[in-house]
Amino acid sequence: MQHSIGAHVSDHDHGHVDHEGLKVLGFWIFLVTDCLLFATLFATYAVLHSHTNGGFTGKDFDVPGFIIETFVLLISSFTSGLAVLQMHKGNKKGLIGWLVITLLLGATFVGMEIHEFASMAAEGATLSKSAFLTSFFTLVGTHGLHVTFGIFWMIGLIFQVSRKGITSVTTRKISIISLYWHFLDAVWIFIFTVVYLMGVM
Amino acid sequence: MSNHEQHTGSVKAYVTGFVFSIILTIIPLVLVLNHMMAKSALVVSILFAAVLQFVIQLFFFMHIRDGEGPRYNVMALVLGLIFVGTIVVGSIWIMSFNEIVQ
Repeated sequence: MQHSIGAHVSDHDHGHVDHEGLKVLGFWIFLVTDCLLFATLFATYAVLHSHTNGGFTGKDFDVPGFIIETFVLLISSFTSGLAVLQMHKGNKKGLIGWLVITLLLGATFVGMEIHEFASMAAEGATLSKSAFLTSFFTLVGTHGLHVTFGIFWMIGLIFQVSRKGITSVTTRKISIISLYWHFLDAVWIFIFTVVYLMGVM
Repeated sequence: MSNHEQHTGSVKAYVTGFVFSIILTIIPLVLVLNHMMAKSALVVSILFAAVLQFVIQLFFFMHIRDGEGPRYNVMALVLGLIFVGTIVVGSIWIMSFNEIVQ
């Protein structure tokens, strides 16, 4: 093992390109493990959602609020794709511009979610009120934390791209955060359908 | 460099994917808010729209078919989806049985 790593380092050009591809594959495997995390939270929600303890139910969700949240996230998924397109054209300004728009949309989404959670808590619908609310806040909150993490990650990458430009390393990093962002949108589609739409049904 | 030179999507592919995802969000919304179907048919249709939209994200945005050689990302994803199905469907099945015996 040690020997083969040494051989790779000496053969620098070849080894480098292979590793970039391998890192993207590694990220796909991370996304699969993240799928498992969300699957357990979805299963918990599916089992507990009818246990509302006489309080807040799915019918009480703020309909315009979650519709706007959904479209904001959908648009941000599209703009993160446009950022990658600009990167492949070698347009550094375009790349940074679309990344900034994406993270502003992401911040809007998180802000709306915090507002939603706070107004629910103000009505007495807190984490400890019922099994339904425990599973709801855990599932939707975990997704919100992922988006928040993505925003800080994107801010870091914007600084890195503006200092180092579009290199093979920053290309890989932007491709990976774009995958992450599309994945979060995909998870939200299921939260939108299973939690919100089925809740207000 | 071959990995980077692969087709990584075009504006057309992104716009197509975006339009599809908007349509697939509006259809279930309209169905639910106007109470247009019987409950079980409604649940099946909106879940179908969600799965379809997930597939569109994978192909139009996440470029799951990119890259050469064995597609380990697809294999990992398929394995992941089997686990996801087992966890979610299995849990609901077991817990619905629990409600019958209680």
